[in-house]
Amino acid sequence: MRRHHDMGGIPDGPVDTSAHDAELWEKRVDAVRNLLGQKNLLRTDEHRRHIENLPPGDYDGLSYYERWILSISNHLLEKGVFTADDLGRKMAEVEAREAKDREHYK
Amino acid sequence: MKSRFHAGDAVTVRAAYPPGHIRTPHYIRGKRGVIERICGEFANPEELAFGRDGLPKRPLYRVRFGQRHVWPDYGGAPEDTVDIEIFEHWLEPAAREAAT
Repeated sequence: MRRHHDMGGIPDGPVDTSAHDAELWEKRVDAVRNLLGQKNLLRTDEHRRHIENLPPGDYDGLSYYERWILSISNHLLEKGVFTADDLGRKMAEVEAREAKDREHYK
Repeated sequence: MKSRFHAGDAVTVRAAYPPGHIRTPHYIRGKRGVIERICGEFANPEELAFGRDGLPKRPLYRVRFGQRHVWPDYGGAPEDTVDIEIFEHWLEPAAREAAT
């Protein structure tokens, strides 16, 4: 059976090749991925496996770096670098901080 | 390096469909091509993807396929080809005349 990501040869529309700037959070995801590589915590082939394992809806609907951050999160959970509880608490903390910043700069 | 195939050898890509991280595109499995060159030998990405060492290293080949063979409704020139890099364990020997 063909896996969802392996879509070479399947009819589709034109590819958007226009240049675009990366957002700050995307640059951060790129930096995190590089650091994990340097620390031997994430290999390219592991990263690709996690991206290919995303559910088809996520694979199609998410942006490039959104797929990356999901892959990185899933991988670090598997490796035991952090727990789901650690990650959930940190996400809530960052979200609260960002909301406060937004309020402050309104 | 001990490689099973050499430039000019006709090969068939194995029509296998295992799960995991597979670098042999789906559309080329089961197709016949000709070894264009040996690219070197590399740790097996199918194993690296699961955190293992991927050793022993495996020969990687650049394999040339006729576009009309790969895509039966291909509309381009009959001599058009596509090159794909494929690891040795995905290849089997094929009859020379059938490889275009």
